[in-house]
Order: sequence, then structure tokens, then C-alpha cells
Amino acid sequence: MSAARTFLSRRRGHKGRFDWSDVLTYAYLIAGVLIMFSPVIWTVASSFKTKAALTEFPPTFLPLAQVELEVEGFDDPLPLYEVAMEDGVVRQLVQVRRVGIEAQMIDPASPDDIIKVKIAQRKPVRKVQLAWNNYVEPLRSFKFITYFRNSIIVTVVATIITLIINSMAAFALSKYEFRGRNLIFVIIISTLMIPISVILVPVFLVLLNFGWINSLWGVIIPGAATPTGVFLLRQYMLTIPDDLMASARIDGASEWRIYWQIVLPLAAPALAVLAIFSVMWRWNDFLWPFLVLTQSELFTLQVGLNAFQGELDTQWHFILAMTVLTLLPITVVFAFLQRFITTGVASTGIK
Amino acid sequence: MKVKALLFSLVAGLLLASSALAQTEIRFMWYDDGPQSETLIPLIDVFNEANDDINVIVDVVPYATIRDNLQVLLESGEGPDLAKVTNLGGLSEYYLDLTPHVDAEYFQTNFGPYLEWLDPNGTGAINGAHFELTVTGPYINRTYFEQAGVEVPGEGATWDDWAAASRKVAEAISGDGLEVWPMAMDRSGHRVAGPAISQGAAYFDADGNPAIADDGFKDMMQKMITWHEDGTMYPDVWVGVGGDTYASGADAFINGELAFLMSGSWQLGNFNNSIGDDFDWLAIPNPCGPGGCSGMPGGAAVVGFADTEHPEEVARLIDYLASEEVYREYTANVFSIPAHIGIANAGVDYNTDSENLNASLGGFVANVPELSPVAFALQGYGKNGAIFGATAERLGQALTGELSLDEAIDRMVADIEEEINQ
Amino acid sequence: MSQEPVKSAKNPVVDFFGLIITKAMGALDVIFGPLQNLIGIKGMAYFFVLPNLLIFSIFVLFPVALNFYYAFTGGTNIFLSDRPFVGGENFAQLFDCENFTDPNTCNQDIFWRAVFNTAKFVVLQVGFMVFFALITALALNRNIVAKGFFRSVFFYPVLLSPVVVALIWKWILQRNGLLNAFLVALGGDKIPFLLEPNWAFFWIIFISVWAHMGFYTLILLAGLQAIPKNLYEAGNIDGTNAFQAFRHITLPLLMPTMLVVMVLSLIRAVQTFDEVFAFTGGGPGTATLLMVQYIYQTGFATQIQRFGLAASASVLLGSVLLVFTLLQLYLGRRSDAV
Repeated sequence: MSAARTFLSRRRGHKGRFDWSDVLTYAYLIAGVLIMFSPVIWTVASSFKTKAALTEFPPTFLPLAQVELEVEGFDDPLPLYEVAMEDGVVRQLVQVRRVGIEAQMIDPASPDDIIKVKIAQRKPVRKVQLAWNNYVEPLRSFKFITYFRNSIIVTVVATIITLIINSMAAFALSKYEFRGRNLIFVIIISTLMIPISVILVPVFLVLLNFGWINSLWGVIIPGAATPTGVFLLRQYMLTIPDDLMASARIDGASEWRIYWQIVLPLAAPALAVLAIFSVMWRWNDFLWPFLVLTQSELFTLQVGLNAFQGELDTQWHFILAMTVLTLLPITVVFAFLQRFITTGVASTGIK
Repeated sequence: MKVKALLFSLVAGLLLASSALAQTEIRFMWYDDGPQSETLIPLIDVFNEANDDINVIVDVVPYATIRDNLQVLLESGEGPDLAKVTNLGGLSEYYLDLTPHVDAEYFQTNFGPYLEWLDPNGTGAINGAHFELTVTGPYINRTYFEQAGVEVPGEGATWDDWAAASRKVAEAISGDGLEVWPMAMDRSGHRVAGPAISQGAAYFDADGNPAIADDGFKDMMQKMITWHEDGTMYPDVWVGVGGDTYASGADAFINGELAFLMSGSWQLGNFNNSIGDDFDWLAIPNPCGPGGCSGMPGGAAVVGFADTEHPEEVARLIDYLASEEVYREYTANVFSIPAHIGIANAGVDYNTDSENLNASLGGFVANVPELSPVAFALQGYGKNGAIFGATAERLGQALTGELSLDEAIDRMVADIEEEINQ
Repeated sequence: MSQEPVKSAKNPVVDFFGLIITKAMGALDVIFGPLQNLIGIKGMAYFFVLPNLLIFSIFVLFPVALNFYYAFTGGTNIFLSDRPFVGGENFAQLFDCENFTDPNTCNQDIFWRAVFNTAKFVVLQVGFMVFFALITALALNRNIVAKGFFRSVFFYPVLLSPVVVALIWKWILQRNGLLNAFLVALGGDKIPFLLEPNWAFFWIIFISVWAHMGFYTLILLAGLQAIPKNLYEAGNIDGTNAFQAFRHITLPLLMPTMLVVMVLSLIRAVQTFDEVFAFTGGGPGTATLLMVQYIYQTGFATQIQRFGLAASASVLLGSVLLVFTLLQLYLGRRSDAV
């Protein structure tokens, strides 16, 4: 039973001892890595396959594209196959045209004889090739660059606004005594209980009245004041000694200066955590932009991606490529800041 | 000299600026189901150039946006100046009456019966121009029929005949990694209405109120359920989504996964572009039943909205689009069926060499006389959105076994009743 | 408490931006300085809190009040002045059921299907997710190599957007997708996962757990690490076995954190919309239709929009969330007192 106890309660292992509970732990963790990562990797791998390759079953892992040969008398290169002929010989033929279950093929060496082959007899000759066109085409014809731009605008502007007004509110709530302070604090808490999903209709009306439907402001402003943000910053600011402020006042500094030049820099770590959260929330936000933005030139990336999958519902080669592009920025951020993010999350969770 | 040159450029600059300032901008909301905007935009460019004072901006949005969001936008005053719409009667309260701005007689003569669709309350207003007439009807993969050695059912064939033939084709062709399904139908109440009418559904009672629960309707619903159960119908379309969401079998047809698809004439351009040489396809006459061999007419109209700040300019644009030359050019390149009576009678020289396309166009045009009066009435009914939405949603539930057929039909009736009385 | 700067101060780009921002904000002092003279230090406190409060009031509190107005009015117009007052009719419609356990007997059967789906979803999803989060946290708490790596791996899906999560898994679950490839390779038949109601429901739970458990794992891990290890050592000396250690040391001390995690995830689960909507759209039929999608559908996605009904449903949803949130605050206060 000491092995089980080790599993459940030990935090320091002994050197050199590797018992079954460790095996179990590593097995679980490795299985976890597989389950967490492999869907993403599969998506990336699939995104480089041509449309034809994607319809194959069973699928291959590597993106393989068919080899094509230039043949005299034809403008475009023709796809190459290995064909099992009736006499048992396997020949390499290129395909001119495929009609239903029959293919018209020719030997590149003698391009004038057309051989009719049933499609089941042929096997494509393939090599590893990345279908970059899956990425290029949507960027060119499907406005994905516009969607990117919109997402970036919303994320950056919203994060800046959030940082400023949340820190201002947190500053007031942590450093000042004033009438109604507790009431205001309770109001802010109460908004935690009112997620946007519960007030869809009236918020839509409010935005209509502001003229912010089909405007990026309609996506940026309503969510800029976050109760979580105010909590986080207030919690942190409470730990900043008050006498710093007192001495600054004696020196003649205005309250704005105190906020700006003393408190904010000291609250930098909490601000950074909030910034990362805000970037994550805004980049991934779906429901609200989906409701507010109906003109496609205003779509954010998430809304655009969803509309994309709705319209072209079996053109997975494009959908997958755009999905990869959508998850790329956050993955890059994650790769660089993962330690920071994970510790930040843990510390806010234990509030 | 220098001063003169300066003055000249100043004046020229001001003129240019003022003309740009004086340009009225009108927004035209448009959707594509195929490459229509490719044909539209050059036509708009010509208009813009000929009309210095107007700048038309075309917003191409997904069909779902116009179907689901346009109404809220119009209600709030945030709508575009004009749009191509399919909910002809349902949006009638927002339309701009073009009568004071256009040649009313021209519109009456050439768009007469279709103007009624835009004017369900019979006010006599000219609310727009029916721009693309569509007829619902099936397509088949002719190559598969040939290669399977199955005879294409002839005139007067019933839905069951076609189902049987398609099953044979799918069985013969499937294999060695190629999976072909016999039939698919677009997921919408509008699509299933044509077949239902052919089976005898009347949709309305003697007073003109919706009354869908008759034997003909139930018969078609039951067929859909049976076909899903026995593998005749490609399930992804109807079962893949929920609610009254629209889904189409077009992509599956293009990929060669279907022998038979119940869709409509608006897919012609799309099929022509996307299928290319892969296989031969053909639009066939609507299968027959006790109620006839009917599909559903429909299509899209270009309408202006009463809220617009530039009614005259909007009317000018619609006038331009409805003019014979432009209408003919559009129809010939987009492969739609003309609603313009003058053009329909004279015939359209479609801009294509494709045999498949020409034959299919002929097929659809031949379908028009077969349209049942019930179909026309249903299309013209202002609140048909309620009927189609309820049909799609509840049939979807019946197909997954959530509701029995009788329960589903009861629910449809209740839903329609509730929505009409809102 | 130490305050480490986030980025190295030697970075010239940061310095440059820092300089610009400092100058800009300093310039604002020109306005705010005199303002302070006008309203005093106490006044400044109100000023600081104002922008946040304004946004909350306009975009959260005011709409909550409006929501009630919508709930008690009828018609299809979004503008309030055009909506006729109908009293409790919307709620009466929602609650008009012969037998509350069978949605089919209800007037608004789709609403009740959404209610049951959401209840089922929340219980199963939270249950499985907290379970796996706990196991993972326990595993990560051990002395293992590459702990940071494993921790990050589990957290990665949390960062992915719901639409991306939905599409990634939709691709794997296609009729000719990866999972079916494995099934066929193992000798089975292909299963059209997203076309069968029970499978579709299973998968929405799965992808939701997959996408969110990393977050709660980290929280539980922090909770585990806060348990003083001398307790275990003391237990060790006394000869308690592993399960006793878990039951009497780990579990009780972790319980406050566990409760917080459960309530947080309950609150989040009830509001699930994005990933399910992009994944199955509520289908097949209404098998994966959840509450928020019902509200969206009723109020926005139909041709005849019933804002009153949608608002009533959202009032009910809000009440449920209110209960959960108050529970969370209560637990939070209790753990503070510990």
C-alpha cells in the first residue's frame, strides 16, 4: 500500500526508485499529452492536404499530393497513376479525364492511345507535398485578412480600454474611503452574476440605439468593464502600502499622478495577467460579435471562421487551413508566455 | 500663367471634390448562391459610371444574413438601401413603393404576377423587380445512371419510381472506396413543399388560412422518414443540423456522392462551374403524384426599402437592373430563369456551351407550366416563413426519432398558428 | 511581496512605448489636475470609478431591467414602444406543461428540451471534468520530470477559441475522419457520430471537458500544493496508509478549492453556447440544443422573432445562475474565514 500512498500524497520522490505508481502517473500524463495535442496536430497536418486527399479513407498522416507529369499535346500537367492492367502488368499512366467510375488514361510515352480504365484499378502515385493553396486562396478571396484585422483591432483596443478603466476603478476601490464605496463594490460583484448570455435581447436594443450594431465599437465597449479585472487589480492594489501615496501627496502630486506614476507601475504584474486574460477573451469571443456584426467586412476571425464553415460546409481544405491560422497567434503567445500564464491563472483562482 | 494654372487646378480640385461629396452612396445588400456577384458587379460598375451622382456599394453577405438578420436591421433603421431578398411577402412592410419613380406600366407588363408576391396585402404597390425566378426540381448524375445501366425514369414517373431507380444506381456504383448515396434533399420547408403538393397537399383551407395537416402532406413526410430509415436519403443534410437551419445537398452532389438531388434552378451556375467535366448531370422534371408534378416557384427580388434616404436613386438603380438589356445580360450569364415576361417569351440565349447546362435550363423552363396553383399561392403567402420553418424544424425532429410523425405534424400546426398570430 | 517587472527594462522597444505612454498620460494631468482642485480628493475617487460604473450600468444593469420589460411584453418588434403588455403570458406559455418530465406534453416543448439537455449536460460535464482535473492535478503534484511541460500541455486547449475547438473535433469525427479510420482498422464499422443524437451529446460533453479541464487542473494543483507537507510526514510516522492519508488529509484540505472549482465550472457550463453551436448547431434534431442557443434561436434566428419569449427564458436562466453565483460567493467567504 505504500505505493498507493506514494501516488496520492508524496511530493518528493526518492532518487532511483521507479515503482508502478510512477509508471501509472507517466502513462496517464503521456496519454494526456496525446489527447490534448494530437487533435491540433491532426488538424495542422490535414490542412496541408489537397481537397482530393482529404476525401480519402482511410486518411494518411502526411500530406501527400499526386505527382503530375507534363505530357506533349496537353496544356496542363496530368496526374500520374499506377494501373493494374488485366494481364497483371502494372503500368504508370496519366489520366486525361475521369467520368464517373471510368477513367481515360494514356501512357506518357504514346499520348495518342486512350486506354479506358476502371477507377478501382488505379492507384495514385504520390509524394509529400504541402498544399499551400489551402491557405492562400481564403486569404485572397475570402476576406480572411479583413477578419484578422478586425480581430486585432478589437483585441488591442478592448484590452487597452479594459486595463485603463479597470485599474482606475480598482484604484479607487482599494485606496479611497468614500461614501457609496461598498455599494459600488456590490454593484460590480452583481454584474458577475449577469453574463451576456442572459441579457442578449436588451443589450442588442441598447446597441441599436447607440448605432453600434455593425460597428466594432459594439463589440469593444460592452465587455470592457470586467468584474474579474476589477477584483484582480483591487486585490493586488490592496497590498500596495498607503504611505507611498501619503508621501506623494505631501510632495504635491495630484491624484492622477499618484495613480499613474506610483500605483500603476507597482501593479504591473497584475496588469499583465489581466492583459493576457483580456487578449484571450477578446480574441476567442464568439457569441457577442456573432450577434452584433452581420456585415461580413466587420466579422472578427471567430465569426468569420464559423460563417466560413457554414457556407462551404464540405470544403474542409479551406476550413482547416483557416482554423490553423486562427489558432496560430494564441499558440505563439502561449509558447512564449506559458509559465507566466499558468502561474497567473493559478493565483487568481485561489482568490 | 502660374496663377492661372493654380486657379485651374484649384477649381478642378473643388469640382472633383464636390462631385465626390455630391455623390449619393447607396448600399446594396446581396447574397450569392454561386457566382452571381461576378456578373452583377460589372453591371453595377457600368451604372456607377453612367450615373456620376450615385455610388452603389454592393455588400455580398452570406444568405443566412439576409434570411435571419435583415429584418432586425430594417426594424432598427440600420438596413441597407436595397437588397436581394427571398422572403418576398414577409418583408413587405419595409418595401419602398417605386411607382412614383419608375415606368409603372413597364413593370406591370413585365413583372405583373410576380409583383403580387411582393405585395401580399394587395395594395397595388410596385415594390421591386423579381430578379431571378427559380423553380425547385431534381438533378441526377446522368453518368452514374449510364454506368449503372439503370434506365432514367420517363415522364410521369413518381417519387417512388425515382427512389427505386436511384437506389439501384447507388448500389451499382458504390464500392472500392467510392460511397454513393441514392438521394438527398435540401433541408428546407420550401424544398419539401413541391413534392408534398405533388402528393396532394393543399396547404390552405377554403378561407386561405394555412391548413397543412392533410393526407398528401403526411404522405410526403412519411416518405422522408422512410427514406432516411432505409438508407435511401443521405442523412447529413437533414440530420446534420438542428432547428430550422438551412442546409444543402449541393456540395455532396458536386463531389459525386449522390445519384439524385432535390434542389432548384439556382444551383445551375454553381454546378456548371464546380462540376466541370467530372460527370454529366441533368435537371429532370419534377416527379409526379396525385397532386401533379409540381415544384415550388420562388427566387429573389431586388427591392428598395422605404427607410432609405435616397428613394429616387434607389429607384433609378432598380429601373436599370429591370431594363431589358441588363436583365437579359444578367440572366444569360447567371443561368437563372427570367421572371421578366417579355424576355421569357422571347427566349434567352444563355452564355454557355455546356450541354448539361443547356439541357437542364430547358428542363427547368419546362417545369414552370407544371407548377401547381397551390405552389403559387404558397409562395405568395406573406407568412410562409412560418410554414416553412415549422416544417423543417419538426420534420428534423421526426427524422431523429424525437417525435412521431403525428406528433410532428401536430406541432407544426401549433407552431404555425402561434407564429401567425404574433 | 516581491514585484517583478514583466519584461526586462533593458528592452528599447518597451522603453520607447513606455516613454510615449508616460508622456501622454502625464499630459492628461493637465486636465485632471484642475479637476482635482475642483472636486477634491474624495471627488477624484468617484472620477476613477466612473468609467467602469458607467459601462456596467449602461450595458449590464440597465439591460437586466429591460429584460424584465421584454419578458412581460409580446409582439415581434424589438423596440419597446411597439410592444404590447401581456403580463405573465410568456412565462405562462413556458410553464404550460401537462407533465413536466416529458417535453412533448409542453406548450413550448423546445424550451423544455433545452432545459433537460442543459441540466444533463451540466451534471455530466462538470462531473467528468472535475474528476479528470483532480486526477491530473494529483498526477502533476508528484515529483516528475518536465512538470512544467505537462502542466502547459493540459492548459493549452483552454486557450483555443470555442470555434476552433469545435472545428478540430468536427474534423476528427467526420464519417471518413480519423476516429472512424481507427474503428475500421480495428475491424468495426464507421459510425456517423454527429448524426446520432446520443453520440452527438456524448461528444459535446467530451469536447467541453477537453477544452476546459486544464484551467481547473491548475487551480486544483495550486490547492494541492498549499497543503503543508509536514502533515503527510506526520501521517507517515504514525503509520497511516495511503487511502487514509487521502481521505483525512488531502480531501478535507482540498475541499474548499474543490467546491470553488465545482461551482465555477457549473456557472460556466450552464452558459455553454459557442463550442456546441459551432459543433452541431443544436442538432441532430434538438439533441444538443442548450439554453443559451434556445434564447438566441427564439429571439434572433427565426423569421418571426419572439423577443418576449426569449427574454422570459433568459430571466429564468439568470435566476439559476444567480443561485449558483451566490453559492460561490458564500463558499468563497467561508474559505476566507478558514
